[in-house]
Amino acid sequence: MNSFIRNAVFLGAIGLGIAILWAMLPTDATLATPATFRPNSNAQSTIRKVAAEVDAAFKGDWQKQNITPVGLADDLNVVRRLYLALNGTIPSVQEIRAIENIEPDQRVHYCVSRLLEDGRTHDYLAERYTRAFVGVEAGPFLLYRRRRFANWLAKEIKANRPYDELVRQLVSDDGIWTDSPAVNFYTRNIIPDSGKEDKPDPVLLAGRTSRAFLATRIDCLQCHDDFTDEIHVGDPDSPRGGEQTDFHHLAAFFGGTRNSFFGIHDIENDDASWKYQLLHDDTETEIEAMVPWQSELQPEQGPLRDQLAGWITHAENRPFARAAVNRLWAIMTGKPLVDPVDNIPLSGPFPAAMETLANDFINSQFDLQRMIEVIAETRAFRLQSDSQFEITQQHHDANAVFPLTRLRPEQMAGAVIQASSLSAINNDAHVIRRLGKALEQMEFVSRYGDPGENEFDQRGETVTQKLLMFNGEMINRRISDGSMSSAHIADLSPDTDSTIETVFLATLTRRPSEEEMKWFKQRFALQKNQSEAVTDLYWSLINSLEFGWNH
Amino acid sequence: MEDHSCGGIDHLDRRTLLKMAGLSGLSWLTPVATALARNNQRIPTKKPLSVIILWLEGAPSQLETFDPHPGTKIAAGSKAIKTKAPGIMLGDGLVQTAEQMESISIVRALTSREGDHQRAIYNVKTGFRPDPTLKHPAIGSIICHQLNNERDQAMQVPRHISILPSQLPGRGGYLGDQFDAFKVGDPVNRVSDITSHVDKSRQSKRLQSLRYLDSNFLKKNASNKAIAGSLGDFNTKAALDMMSSDQLAAFNVNEAPKALLTSFGETPFGRSCLAALQLIETGVRCVEVTLGGWDTHANNHELQGKRIKILDPAFASLISELKKRDLFDSTIVLCGGEFGRTPHLNPLGGRDHWPHGFSIALAGGGIAGGRVIGETHSAPPKGEKRPRKLLKNPHPIEDIHATVLHQLGIDFHQELNTPVGRPLAICEGQPIKELLG
Repeated sequence: MNSFIRNAVFLGAIGLGIAILWAMLPTDATLATPATFRPNSNAQSTIRKVAAEVDAAFKGDWQKQNITPVGLADDLNVVRRLYLALNGTIPSVQEIRAIENIEPDQRVHYCVSRLLEDGRTHDYLAERYTRAFVGVEAGPFLLYRRRRFANWLAKEIKANRPYDELVRQLVSDDGIWTDSPAVNFYTRNIIPDSGKEDKPDPVLLAGRTSRAFLATRIDCLQCHDDFTDEIHVGDPDSPRGGEQTDFHHLAAFFGGTRNSFFGIHDIENDDASWKYQLLHDDTETEIEAMVPWQSELQPEQGPLRDQLAGWITHAENRPFARAAVNRLWAIMTGKPLVDPVDNIPLSGPFPAAMETLANDFINSQFDLQRMIEVIAETRAFRLQSDSQFEITQQHHDANAVFPLTRLRPEQMAGAVIQASSLSAINNDAHVIRRLGKALEQMEFVSRYGDPGENEFDQRGETVTQKLLMFNGEMINRRISDGSMSSAHIADLSPDTDSTIETVFLATLTRRPSEEEMKWFKQRFALQKNQSEAVTDLYWSLINSLEFGWNH
Repeated sequence: MEDHSCGGIDHLDRRTLLKMAGLSGLSWLTPVATALARNNQRIPTKKPLSVIILWLEGAPSQLETFDPHPGTKIAAGSKAIKTKAPGIMLGDGLVQTAEQMESISIVRALTSREGDHQRAIYNVKTGFRPDPTLKHPAIGSIICHQLNNERDQAMQVPRHISILPSQLPGRGGYLGDQFDAFKVGDPVNRVSDITSHVDKSRQSKRLQSLRYLDSNFLKKNASNKAIAGSLGDFNTKAALDMMSSDQLAAFNVNEAPKALLTSFGETPFGRSCLAALQLIETGVRCVEVTLGGWDTHANNHELQGKRIKILDPAFASLISELKKRDLFDSTIVLCGGEFGRTPHLNPLGGRDHWPHGFSIALAGGGIAGGRVIGETHSAPPKGEKRPRKLLKNPHPIEDIHATVLHQLGIDFHQELNTPVGRPLAICEGQPIKELLG
């Protein structure tokens, strides 16, 4: 019996080993053309027309400020940006070669089409929006399912559900957090062990709603009137300073929201009102639900949360569209049009390009995928991040240069993992490879340090992060002499030139310059073991500034 | 001719410096960080001062540790022992700590408004309640930001360290990631990510290629003044210095005499406390050592007892060794968790979360020993709706921060400009006077 078990375990181990090896091998020799890739179609010309309007808006700004924009980046550089922006990783060598077979003026369209059909994009974008809507903390145990919420968002992004519909559901949905994932927006704001587990906190909800959907930070008004002249509400054409009551009028929309065995729902009795002791009062006051501006857009009928959802997403409530544009611009370029991403003053000024994009977003019934395509086609997205002439802060502020930003932790992990594989580790990849990637990425981000919700804040690399890149297990495992990528490249490349070129493409999404080729050929010549030489090349490229910065 | 120079680093305002330090990823060794800290160092200190935090995650029961009420209903059978400090009693498992009690004080009526682990950990570690718009720095990060003398500049290992970290080690918050605690595991093992996977010769070749690539990239971006100061390979040098530093020996407890190791208790937590001592001796500013497993919603007495057995020798030996090495007066030791536990046992024999009167022990760094500040009620009615009214001399958690920062000579009332543009005091508490002198 014992020998039978031993044999079974032995055969199982061999089977698992074969499965892992098979999973590591590139599966597709060629890439399928994305279904939405339609060169020279009407849809494409419409998108390019809007992109041209955005270009004109930027050009107007630059002329007014007497700024000369930098030149255009080469195609592969733009492709790298698109992958990092939408996929959180870099393109594989296999993908780069497929893209190079596309007509140059269709490469961005091809890439965006391909990425928007890629499950990695849905997951990556869903995580970005999840951070904005519910943050990164674990939240209340049992009552909150962040993973469920993010998976639901990924499905909605894949289906390209209109953004206004999606936000309306977030604000007004009822039900159990497992069956109705959108209500995790509410259960996230239940404070455990507070004695109020039946009531999502209206204060937290007011602050989150305002920041995430309207890009307006009114949190300070919770305790006092604005004394910094930075928070504006009221008539958008003539805004006034925010007052404490403005915050609590918004919070009052959530005063009757409750959590019970049946999930999130609204009550309609005296307890539904929102009472708060204002700064100079001795007692609590019942505060009426009121929106902070353009009350004429608020539906007159229906439950309070439905009315609020209707007002937030109203086509004439421009802060809603601006907030969405600003966030998506930040996701795609690493820098919002108005910084910080969740605070666009009601009083402006609004960049002309933001207004153009907001108009198109509203006119297209809040089509997120279309906005992604428009942004990708703009000249601003394709500008270089460097120049022969001096780039000033003015260039940076006016988007006359592509912002040079450090890769965020998941981008860094995703890029390292992808760099060590010649084919894409996407949803078509074997489950073992995808699982391996997910686990490695999680561990790496935990050690590297997750910036949380403030992921668009510019930050530099720390020594701890540098050590992780130099000596971390994941990187060593991915690039070591015995890894598939290094051995594979060393064995299969016909000569040193093509080996070096392949590793450059896999890591930096470009070919080496002549001088670089010369440098690294000398290095290879000095090393007997070619697999070691490949590993060392990988190590240097992955640790380089060029790899660690989106440029 | 008009002078356009800024007049040196001292001329920069704090916000500019903060931004520069954060954006450029400057480490604990950089001139900007140094200048910033000098700028903030209002009260000079005679000795370098450090903090060791024995972080009891999960929340210890005050009734079984630092605030026993023997013979009462709420003790539910828990016993207490006398200590070297007249009139002060401890939970009966803290035998060795009791011997050091003349050097330790306890704040017994601490309060916070957070009863959820994650929120309360944030609250106790930062002195602020969670704020959706702003991440506050942990106390270790503040100390490293504020104190930076010549000894700090000679440090080749991080000055803020978390040993056996939980999911929520101290972070730099709005001060920047460079003030995050450096995380290490059980000191019986080597520090992670510190050793190259290849030999020296090969590492040297890799670094040559890296320098070549980076110099090309820096040249290409040299005209980008908007990002000036952010790009650079300054951290490469700091990382390499650390990889070859003699100071790394402070993480290693394997060379310590067997008797010394045994005195700390032969546990990961005990070893970590010894490593914390060695790190402080080397010049590290703040070490947080985590002992989890205190969240005893069921079977409280037995589970707390097991944790206390690990805590007691480590805490007591740490105090004793600090004294032996003449570090006690320059090192503050804090011991506590995110809140306390309910006075009344639940039906499972457990105690639940209780932020309305819990304890933290403090020692060293000029803090008076053998004192108890605040008092909890010995017979609080079950279901009392306003339990804080029963406390005598209560203190909010931020008062602990104020006390520690005051002892370190840090002007904690000073306001820093945060990234959201809102000036914020480093700490909003007040020092607990009874602990001072």
